[in-house]
Amino acid sequence: MSAPTQTRPGSTVEGRVASSAEVRDAMQDLERLTPPPRARPAPAAPRPEPRLLVPALRVLALVVLVGGWEVAARTGVVDPFFYSMPSQIWATGVTAVTEGTVLLDTAYTFSATLLGFAIGTVVGVAVGLSFWWSRRYAAVAEPFVVAFEAMPKLALAPIVVLVLGIGISSKVAMATALVVVVQALNTYSGVKSVDPDLTRMLASVGASRRQVFAKVVVPTTLPWVVSGLRVTIGLALSGAIVGEYIGATQGIGRMIQYAGSTYEISLIWVGIAVLAALSMVLYAVVGAVERRFLASLHVSR
Amino acid sequence: MTGLAVEHLTRRFTTAEGGVVVALEDAVVDVPSGSFTSIIGPSGCGKSTLFSIIAGLDRPTGGRVLLDEEDCTGQQGRVGYMLQKDLLLPWRTVLANVVLGLEVAGVGRREREGIARRLLQHYGLGDFAGRYPAELSGGMRQRAALLRTILTNRQVLLLDEPFGALDAFTRAQMQEWLLDLWDDLGKTVLFVTHDIEEAVYLSDVVYVMSPRPGRVVGRLEIDLDRPRKPSVVTSRRFVELRAQALDLLDHAPAGRVAA
Repeated sequence: MSAPTQTRPGSTVEGRVASSAEVRDAMQDLERLTPPPRARPAPAAPRPEPRLLVPALRVLALVVLVGGWEVAARTGVVDPFFYSMPSQIWATGVTAVTEGTVLLDTAYTFSATLLGFAIGTVVGVAVGLSFWWSRRYAAVAEPFVVAFEAMPKLALAPIVVLVLGIGISSKVAMATALVVVVQALNTYSGVKSVDPDLTRMLASVGASRRQVFAKVVVPTTLPWVVSGLRVTIGLALSGAIVGEYIGATQGIGRMIQYAGSTYEISLIWVGIAVLAALSMVLYAVVGAVERRFLASLHVSR
Repeated sequence: MTGLAVEHLTRRFTTAEGGVVVALEDAVVDVPSGSFTSIIGPSGCGKSTLFSIIAGLDRPTGGRVLLDEEDCTGQQGRVGYMLQKDLLLPWRTVLANVVLGLEVAGVGRREREGIARRLLQHYGLGDFAGRYPAELSGGMRQRAALLRTILTNRQVLLLDEPFGALDAFTRAQMQEWLLDLWDDLGKTVLFVTHDIEEAVYLSDVVYVMSPRPGRVVGRLEIDLDRPRKPSVVTSRRFVELRAQALDLLDHAPAGRVAA
């Protein structure tokens, strides 16, 4: 607007003058109190890292850790009776593989883990999805699910082993118990994230509830389910191992338990190494599945 | 051809504290068959409530919704319904999105995709049939959403601020596009917008609503010739009509409206 500033009677004009004096004061204070900007050079463009530097540093870190442990054990800084040492663990591992039953034990634990993981996922997803169908049913069931979630399920292991015996079923049951709650709650979060406007849109084109479920609720929930798998695969492994601790005739968990009771520290470490490797393999597989699946959804995140 | 009539619709909600909110009071709207009718009004004037009731997603406390004299109050799936959000399913291609209504109705894949491809081609989305919504611009997404609504084969279309989230240029393009489409297909359209110019430019009749309680406070016949060119907005008659609409809105209780 090019019109001159409105001139209103006295007080307003004085008010404007007063306020501009106030602004001038404030600006002077600002000037006085702000330190002058310090000249800093612009950050240099990041130099490209040599391609093998990071892997090399990782190997170095591993060598230092393992080597340090070996040296500390040999020089008596740590007591090899309690802590063992890498060379001994390696020798024990080789013997366990060639003469012992480590491979069979691994297969056993692996099967129990995968079975529990599969059952827990299917049941958990079914329970989570079922909450979509009735708000009342969901409201009634939710505290029970949360209570089961809060309960330390590993504490159930003795009962489970008593009831189901020392065979594989008790291990599968433990793995399932850990997976099922987490996946149910996770799936339910997915169900709750369904955009109500999408539901309305589908209803407006004449879709039945079953069609809304199939075309919107399930596809919306699937990414939640798939992201949950990375968490639950680790839980399944823990469940299976704890089941084996309590009572078993096979499995890596039983091997560790047995090694502990006979003070074979090296064998414990062999078991831990096997479990770590198993866990990493499972995690990598699930992660790869997740990436491929999410890419196929075309959901930009 | 089907006309839409809303007779004395009232919708009251009881709040959790036991109070009563009147979202819509005695609304009367008549949309003759094949006409383009708009509703303007500030936020909270009950436009969305009105649309939900017409679409059968909500039931009125009183009053009726008539499609060609037939009472269809509380019936879902009788009219096509489109929102400002495009609500395209991100995991489906444009083609798979626009056929949703036919899919739900049980029309076979080949038939429904045959129909959809021809419409997509004709209305400027032919090259996007295999793309996913995330790859499309806002305007293109709204086009897809509108074609999805068209493909439900309802004679009456409710468009709830369909261009509200678009920039001014895209919005102008979309208005042209919508008028073309309406001209070709002879649909009965009820259109909600915040934008007075948009309402006047597109419509045969504009209803003005006011909030708290939501009700219809005015009706304006738009007697501009069709087909309309964008330049019509500078004509004297257009400016007069716009002024009248603003006037009706100004006499309605407070609320923000974009002119």
